[in-house]
Amino acid sequence: MKKAINLSVNGVSHTDEVEPRMLLVHYLRDVLELTGTHVGCETSLCGACTVMLDGQAVKSCTVFAVQADGSSVTTIEGLAKNGEMHPVQEGFWEKHGLQCGYCTPGMIVAAAQLLDRNANPSREEICHGLEGNLCRCTGYQHIIEAVQYAAKKAGQS
Amino acid sequence: MTDSYVGKRVKRTEDPRLIRGLAHYVDDIALPGTLHVAFVRSIYAHAKINGIDTAAARSAPGVVAVYTGEDVASKIGPVPCASALPDLKVPDHRVLATNKVYFVGHPIAAVVATDRYAARDAVDLVMVDYEDLPVVTDVEEAAAGGPVIHENFSDNIAYRLTSGEGDIDAAFAAADRTVKQRVLHKRLAPIAMEPRGVLARYFPGEQELTLWSSTQIPHLMRTQVALMIGIPENKLRVITPEVGGGFGSKLNVYAEEALLGWISMQLGKPVKWIETRRENIQATIHGRGQVGDIEVAFKNDGTLTGLRYTVFADLGAYHQLLTPAIPTLTGLMLSGAYKIPAIQMNITACFTNKMATDAYRGAGRPEATYIVERGLDLVAAELGMDPAEVRRKNFPQPSEFPFHTATGLDYDSGDYETALNKAQEIAGYRQLREEQKKARDEGRLIGIGVSTYVEICALGPSQAMPAGGWESATVRIEPTGKVTILTGASPHGQGQETSFAQIAGDELGVNINDVTVIHGDTGVVQYGIGTFGSRATAVGGTAVFVAIQKLKEKAHKIATHILEADASRVSFEGGKYSLQAAKAAAAAGTSEPVVPVGEAPAGALPEPQTEGKSSLTLQDVALAAHVAKNLPPDTEPGLSATYFFEPKNFTFPFGTHIAVVEIDRETGDIKFQRYVAVDDCGRVINPMLVDGQVHGGIVQSIGQAMYEEVVYDEQGQLVTGTLMDYAVPRASHIPDFELDRTETPSPVNPLGVKGVGEAGTIGATPAIVGAIVDALAPFGVRHLDMPIKPENVWRIINSH
Repeated sequence: MKKAINLSVNGVSHTDEVEPRMLLVHYLRDVLELTGTHVGCETSLCGACTVMLDGQAVKSCTVFAVQADGSSVTTIEGLAKNGEMHPVQEGFWEKHGLQCGYCTPGMIVAAAQLLDRNANPSREEICHGLEGNLCRCTGYQHIIEAVQYAAKKAGQS
Repeated sequence: MTDSYVGKRVKRTEDPRLIRGLAHYVDDIALPGTLHVAFVRSIYAHAKINGIDTAAARSAPGVVAVYTGEDVASKIGPVPCASALPDLKVPDHRVLATNKVYFVGHPIAAVVATDRYAARDAVDLVMVDYEDLPVVTDVEEAAAGGPVIHENFSDNIAYRLTSGEGDIDAAFAAADRTVKQRVLHKRLAPIAMEPRGVLARYFPGEQELTLWSSTQIPHLMRTQVALMIGIPENKLRVITPEVGGGFGSKLNVYAEEALLGWISMQLGKPVKWIETRRENIQATIHGRGQVGDIEVAFKNDGTLTGLRYTVFADLGAYHQLLTPAIPTLTGLMLSGAYKIPAIQMNITACFTNKMATDAYRGAGRPEATYIVERGLDLVAAELGMDPAEVRRKNFPQPSEFPFHTATGLDYDSGDYETALNKAQEIAGYRQLREEQKKARDEGRLIGIGVSTYVEICALGPSQAMPAGGWESATVRIEPTGKVTILTGASPHGQGQETSFAQIAGDELGVNINDVTVIHGDTGVVQYGIGTFGSRATAVGGTAVFVAIQKLKEKAHKIATHILEADASRVSFEGGKYSLQAAKAAAAAGTSEPVVPVGEAPAGALPEPQTEGKSSLTLQDVALAAHVAKNLPPDTEPGLSATYFFEPKNFTFPFGTHIAVVEIDRETGDIKFQRYVAVDDCGRVINPMLVDGQVHGGIVQSIGQAMYEEVVYDEQGQLVTGTLMDYAVPRASHIPDFELDRTETPSPVNPLGVKGVGEAGTIGATPAIVGAIVDALAPFGVRHLDMPIKPENVWRIINSH
């Protein structure tokens, strides 16, 4: 039995009928074709599927699409505004915060939320804030530097 | 004019699409009418299959087909093993199990349905009648005559091999002292963040099959899959879109790749399979898996005289592409960074009821470095010497290169002592030792670990490789002046789109934004080998470099012809061919403005405006080459060159890593205080990318040293089957790295590069383990096996 949902994704309103068991990440990827959000573990451990749900970073592999009914979702595709990259995106580019890029969208969304909550985090606070996101390529050092870059940049503007 | 690029910290050209979420990995490619595949996998480590009932699954909603081993055994050839060793036992490895299963995760049946949920539902409806059989998971038990896994063989020993040079018995007989230590290398899961995945689409009219696969070796895979499923190789196209990490786990040809292609041919529809993480830990290759004894013979002054490693290698149930070869790579690198006159390795490689082991970042070399470096630490402890000094004493000097080892290699170039000195200087080594002494007096547990590693990269000369060790490149200048590079070294995060563009940017005097690097599409790119073994820049980058030289020869000839000058009077600089006189004028500031390459005129292809000019841009020459109205006699139109580079030797990067840890006496918790790494990977194309490779490698080492192990229980059940149980390092686990470099160019290739992709995983584990052992030295500890967890440490502290 499908259920109707209505939600806003990256500022665009969508109405769809979905199976109650459909995961939010599959709704975003397969129905809305927003494939920037990735699946890396299906146990909520790796964070590749991180999106903003009503301003909270959540792992969309463990949220049902029906749970997002009436909500507002921001994915990696919605982070840049008016063609301008989000400071965290700039930081990742500037500081080589990515290699294969698979964990990157989730990592960037998590980092953006981290900076929303704490505009000037210490190294330790950054590491703690990114504990829910795994990266196998970078060894995290450049990711930490990317977030530091973004914090500095956001502080200047 | 452009700035020079090589050696600079150039931001990656591939990044904008990745950081905006606009890149395409396999699962991001959606074709209309795609069917989804899910696998029934064995829940037993060793069992007979008495029957498979697929009736319920076949009639489930959305299910299109179900295939079992019986359906495909005569249709699809065995999963290939490319390793050739004397008397190697090679089991018949079918894409789906037939009458027996050999490991947990062994694929038994493929369910095809209209969506991934329906396919997954139907997997649960396939009834497999198993009859469980005795299991062998311990490699030494397998060697000693445990239950025989493959009935057609008399035992579980896949091969035995002894390698090395020098009189090892004499070395041990004449030694002042010897040390011996049992060392474990647990199995590790590579855990590329993007699991494997395949999308297959057959075009019945054209009789062509396209496979999109997350692989490191698109061309080798094409050849092998074509042979497996019986399609002409030139009717099979393999495309690797973005690849979300590999670390060796995608340097393989897997059952699923051939099976998906075959299913698409049967059904005439696109079919897709995306590996789950659970499948990934069960049925993607594991790394390491060795248990062995290291013995070192040495003199009282610390001079090494002999080294022996007697090892049992846990191959798993089947051979994947390079499974049997990996332990032999360990044997090659047993001389480490040292002069050791006699070396011997004795391998007993065995089948076990587990997933195959194969190449995981470092692939046999981390084991070698770890063994040698642990051995050196034991020698130092035995003699009461500083571990750094034992190492220094045994280094070959720079003048001794090429340096021949007793493992049969010739190291290309090296200056090991300079790297050690630099790392010690950065770390403040002497002061650290003093601080450690003081801390110990206060009852604090501080440890310092030193590793002076050497690794073997740029794999490699074809003589030493199962399927060619060269790499290919085509470089062409399009009529509009844009530069296109086709490389066989298909990357998966290493950044070749940028680093190869940097090489071209400098050699051709063009902006890197005018260079496009195309890779990972066998329909577009000439045959290639792939990215693994830290080879992409040293072998693939060299192919690009040499192809550019060939291309420039032709461009020079055309430019000379158009300028109606003697070849010797035409020079190339900053993307421009000029007459010498014009060059002199340019120096005086009277040259005509240079048209930047890339600003091609809009509209129809223009006539080359070259008459009466004293200089030509590369774009002018490219246009003239394509319009072909004014070319020198006997000159082919077009402007492109292809080169297949065959390296004459491997390259041997090296370096020193120093780790400092403090252990919490109450909890056993291990914290990094410092981590200094001085790596020498030859000439550096992009220091930022090199740092990234080193960081990533070290953190995988931290994982191996402190967190990661694939655990099977006695019944062969995989205990660490998800990321909840298999512990991958997180941001909070890493130290603030202090990196530096020395730069000793390789004489093996014209770029002087050596390779860096695996340095961190090779150099770091001994430094980390050495530091932890050193911290626990007051308790009489000389060796601990990885992963060293707080619990192990706590038990040591509390047993005293």
